[in-house]
Amino acid sequence: MTGVRVLVGTSKGAFVLTSDGGRERWDVSGPHFGGWEVYHLKGSPADPDRLYASQSSGWSGQVIQRSDDGGETWQAVDNKFAYDGVPGTHQWYDGTPHPWEFARVWHLEPSLTDPDTVYAGVEDAALFRSTDGGNQWQELPALREHESGPSWQPGAGGMCLHTILLDPSDPRRIFAAISAAGAFRSDDAGATWRPVNQGLRSEGIPDPGAEVGHCVHRIAMHPSRPNVLFMQKHWDVMRSDDAGESWHEISGDLPTDFGFPIDVHAHEPDTVYVIPIKSDAEHYPPEGKLRVYRSRTGGNEWEALTKGLPQSDCYVNVLRDALAVDSLDSSGVYFGTTSGQVYASADSGDSWAPIVESLPRVLSVEVQTLQ
Amino acid sequence: MIRVVLPSHLRRLARVDGEVALCCDGQPTQRLVLDELEARYPMLRGTIRDQVTGKRRAFMRFFGCEQDLSHASPDDPLPEAVAAGTEPYLIVAAMAGG
Repeated sequence: MTGVRVLVGTSKGAFVLTSDGGRERWDVSGPHFGGWEVYHLKGSPADPDRLYASQSSGWSGQVIQRSDDGGETWQAVDNKFAYDGVPGTHQWYDGTPHPWEFARVWHLEPSLTDPDTVYAGVEDAALFRSTDGGNQWQELPALREHESGPSWQPGAGGMCLHTILLDPSDPRRIFAAISAAGAFRSDDAGATWRPVNQGLRSEGIPDPGAEVGHCVHRIAMHPSRPNVLFMQKHWDVMRSDDAGESWHEISGDLPTDFGFPIDVHAHEPDTVYVIPIKSDAEHYPPEGKLRVYRSRTGGNEWEALTKGLPQSDCYVNVLRDALAVDSLDSSGVYFGTTSGQVYASADSGDSWAPIVESLPRVLSVEVQTLQ
Repeated sequence: MIRVVLPSHLRRLARVDGEVALCCDGQPTQRLVLDELEARYPMLRGTIRDQVTGKRRAFMRFFGCEQDLSHASPDDPLPEAVAAGTEPYLIVAAMAGG
């Protein structure tokens, strides 16, 4: 049966929301791992029954869970994320050297082809990989060991590796993004990395056009056109047409170009979604109106999508991993808020309805399209 | 027989109800008890002690016989009543962490 499975990570557990292709009636299961923060959970593109979840708590640290039956049951797998060798230091908020310390897994990115292979982006920033279904994790150390590493500084939320993009046309190409170091690319399956931040400008760093140091919030790619990347930066919405070699701004007529998530329509590579918020200090929508903005021109020209969304007194935020699209014929768009609502659109964003309205703070939303 | 009481979030993770009964060879210490606990319940590795350094996680505490054992050496003998199983070894989530 055609349908969707929406995987929601929250500050107090994970929820699995399922519906048929109509996406009008929903079954809600959860909380899974109740009481724990679930920064992210995601399904394998190669096996939709294989899910991975990052579970953590201030008391007991990191746990990784795996499901082999679409979220019905879970088993804890390995949670040892040990940096390779002596990890050295990065800059602390006050500019002093600070030892690399593992805090949590922010993002899990399953392989496009192998259900047992999954990448983990962690805080303090590093990339790990498991090739045995999460039973053992190894760091791909070259990213952390990049010559610029000692100069990286944490963003307000910590020095997290939050974005991992796997190029479907080239299994050796990986993109990663770190707050607040910027975007990096590997063309050799993670053996070496280089910054790909040319064209970004950030007023909050000493050299606004520096090679590293930019607070990239999220990068998105359409699988049919992996050289085109869309980025939501601390401020500015950006686009690259050459796999990150250069970036240009596409904020255009957005009401504000600050925000966290960005995503691309499943069937229209030039249709892009962002959810602007007012500013770096005011993490809520301008004018108290929750509006998703959609560009059908690959940026610069944006339209506000408001039907079904609160248009007064709304002061929620949408975090970087909390926007996703499905790939049904009439593509669905989903996002979750810091006040616990998960909204769905079954018509590419033209209209919206809440699936659930009172979850804990939503940290991530992913969607699986089930055929 | 050592009786170990886990905090509720770790009981759910380990899928146990009530106390956990463990046997330790020789003079029981906190390190031996935790080693045995983690061997029987591998999903608890890293949730009480850091897996790399072996140090107690900052917001976990160890109590026994109304004493805070959190800052004692992990190789000190456990209190006699805990070692004998007449009093439990309490692993407690500190009143912090949310």
